[in-house]
Amino acid sequence: MAVLRVQDLVVDFATRQGNARVLDHISLEIDEGEILGIVGESGCGKSMTALSIMGLVPSPPGNITAGSIKLDEREIAGASSEQMRTIRGNEIGMIFQEPMSSLNPVFTVGEQIAESVRLHEGADSRAAFARAVEMLQAVGIPEPEKRARAYPHELSGGMRQRVMIAIALACNPRVLIADEPTTALDTTVQAQIFDLLEELQKNRGTAIVLITHDMGAVAQLADKIAVMYAGRIVETGAVDDVLSNPRHPYTRGLIACVPHLQVKPTKQRHPLLEIPGVVPSLTELGEGCAFSPRCDRMHSKCLQHQPVLETVPDTGDNSHRVACWVTEARADDV
Amino acid sequence: MLLLTVLRRLLYSAILVVAVLVLNFLLIHLAPGDPADVIAGEMGGATQEILDSIRKTYGLDQPLYVQLWVYLKNAATGDLGQSYFYNVPVLDLIISRTGATLLLVFTALGFAIVTGTFLGVLASYKPTGLISNLVTVLSVVGYAAPIFWTGIMLIILFASVLPIFPISNMYDVTKDVGPIGHVMDVLHHLVLPAFTLGIVYLAQYSRLTRASMLEILGSDYIRTARAKGVSERQIYARHALRNAILPIITIAGLQFGSIVSGAVLVETVFNWPGLGTLAFDSILARDYPTILGILFFSAVIVIMANLITDLLYRFADPRIGAQK
Repeated sequence: MAVLRVQDLVVDFATRQGNARVLDHISLEIDEGEILGIVGESGCGKSMTALSIMGLVPSPPGNITAGSIKLDEREIAGASSEQMRTIRGNEIGMIFQEPMSSLNPVFTVGEQIAESVRLHEGADSRAAFARAVEMLQAVGIPEPEKRARAYPHELSGGMRQRVMIAIALACNPRVLIADEPTTALDTTVQAQIFDLLEELQKNRGTAIVLITHDMGAVAQLADKIAVMYAGRIVETGAVDDVLSNPRHPYTRGLIACVPHLQVKPTKQRHPLLEIPGVVPSLTELGEGCAFSPRCDRMHSKCLQHQPVLETVPDTGDNSHRVACWVTEARADDV
Repeated sequence: MLLLTVLRRLLYSAILVVAVLVLNFLLIHLAPGDPADVIAGEMGGATQEILDSIRKTYGLDQPLYVQLWVYLKNAATGDLGQSYFYNVPVLDLIISRTGATLLLVFTALGFAIVTGTFLGVLASYKPTGLISNLVTVLSVVGYAAPIFWTGIMLIILFASVLPIFPISNMYDVTKDVGPIGHVMDVLHHLVLPAFTLGIVYLAQYSRLTRASMLEILGSDYIRTARAKGVSERQIYARHALRNAILPIITIAGLQFGSIVSGAVLVETVFNWPGLGTLAFDSILARDYPTILGILFFSAVIVIMANLITDLLYRFADPRIGAQK
C-alpha cells in the first residue's frame, strides 16, 4: 500500500517575468519500506517536490495550484499550518543538502534531536534526551552520551549529517525525504551515509524519497526512480527497468554522463560526456517538449506538443512510463 | 581555562588603565589655565607669594614627570587627590555620584536592549509591514536626533503640556515619603533621563535586530526547525532570537563607552546628580584632580563593561569558548 501518493501536483511561482510553473502535474507513489530516487539537474523541481510534500513551499511567491498529496489516505495538500506542524518531523522527516549550516549553532545536537521528541510525543526533557542519545547511537555516532552534549561546530560534516538523520528519524516517521543528503560530503563519507540510510530503511521500514543527482546512488539504493526535467517527470519506473533500458533521451544523457573508472592507462580514454545546453527558464517554456532544444532526436512534433507520460509497452509490470514522442513513434514502428 | 582568560584580560585591563591615566594627566596639563589661580580663588586678589605658596603646597612647582609619578603612586593606593573645588577627597566625591550614573546608564541600556530587540523581532515578522516601517522611521529619528535636543524637547513637553514626569533632579528633597516612597520617587525622576539616553540605542538595536533576524530566518537551520514541526512563534523566540541576540551583545558592549559619555549630556540637561554633572561642574571649575578622577573612573567602568561583554558572549555563543 502506498504510504505517500502525490497526484497531478502543480506548483506555480509568481515571478516578475510572469508565472513560473515549477511543478507540472507531478505524480509519485511510494510504498512502505521503499526507496524512490528522484533525479535530474539543478532547478528541475526535485527540491520543490520535497518542499511541497512538507508543506514548506515559500508562499508568496509559491502556491500549490492543483493536485493532491496523500499520506496514507489523508489529504495533506492545502492542510492548515497547525496540521502540517504535527506531520512535519513526526510522520514525515526531512534531511537537507547542507549539513554544515542545517544545525542551529547555539544548541547542542542532543537538544536539537530532543526538541522534536518533546514537540511530537510530549515527552519530558529527560526522556527526550534519552531518545536523542539512543538516536545518535542508531545513526552510528560513537560515544553518543558525550556527543549529545556537543555543539554542531564540534562535529565534522559527515557527523552533522548523521545528526540530521537522527533528528529526522527521532519520531519514527513513515516517510523520510532526503534532499541531496551527500552533495556536500566527501566521497567516502557519502558511501557511509548511503549505507546508513539503507540500513535504517531496512530496520525501520521507513519509506525514503531520495533526491539526488548521483545516478550511482540511485542504482544501488532505490527501488523506483523518477527522472525530472523542467518541473515534469519525464521518465519513471522500477530502477532496473529504467536504468537498463532508458527510453527518454534525457535519461540516457544522465546515464551517459556518469564517469567510469578507467584502470588501464593504455586504453584510450573516453572524453567525459555532457548533455549540451542548459535547463530552460521556467517562465519561457513554449508549447512543445521542454527538453527539445537539447535533444538530439528532436523532430517537428516535439516543438508543437507537450508529450505526456505513457506506459512503455514492452515492459513487464507496466510501471515504466516515459514522456517522449520519439520513443513512442519508435514503439509504433515496432 | 575561563579563569586563565579572565586573569589575562584583567592584566591587559590594568595596563590599559595606567595608559589612560598617563594620557589624561598629560592632556589636562596641556590645557591652558593655572590650577593655583583656581585654588587661590578667581577673584584675582591673590598675591604672587600666595600663589607660590599654593604651588609649593600642592607640588605644582615640581617638574611634570615628578607630578605624574606622585599622582600614579597615589592612585595605586586609591588616593586620587583632593578636589580643589569641593575640598574633599576625589575618590569620595566620585563614589558618592557613581550610583546615580550607573542607575541611569543601566536603566537606559536595559530599556534600549529589551525594547529594541522586541521591536526588531516584531519588524522582522513582516519586513514590509506597518510595524516594520514604523521601526525604521523611529530608528532614523532616534539615531539622528542629538541627545541634548531630545532631552530639551522632552523637558518642554513634560514641563508645560503634560506635567506627569519630573524634569529635573533625582528625587524631591521637599517630600518625606519613607524608603519605599523614596525608591518610587527616584524611579519617577528616572523616566525622562533614561528614556532620553536610551532612545538612541533603542533605535540602533531595533534596526540591528530586524536585520539580523531577517538574515537568520532565511538560514538553513531555520528550515531544519520548520521541517521538525517547530511552531513559528518558537522559531522566532527560540531558534532565531538566540542567534540574533549575539550581534546585539557585541554592539552594546562596544557602545558602553558612548553610553557613559551620553550620560554626561543627559545628566547635565536633567540635572541628574551623577558623574556627568560632576564632570561638567569640575570642568567649569578647572577642578583638575576631580576631572582626572572621573576620566580614570569612567575608563575603568568601560573596560570592565567590555570584559563582562566578552564573558557574556562566551556564554551566549558556544562557538567562542571552543577556540582555546
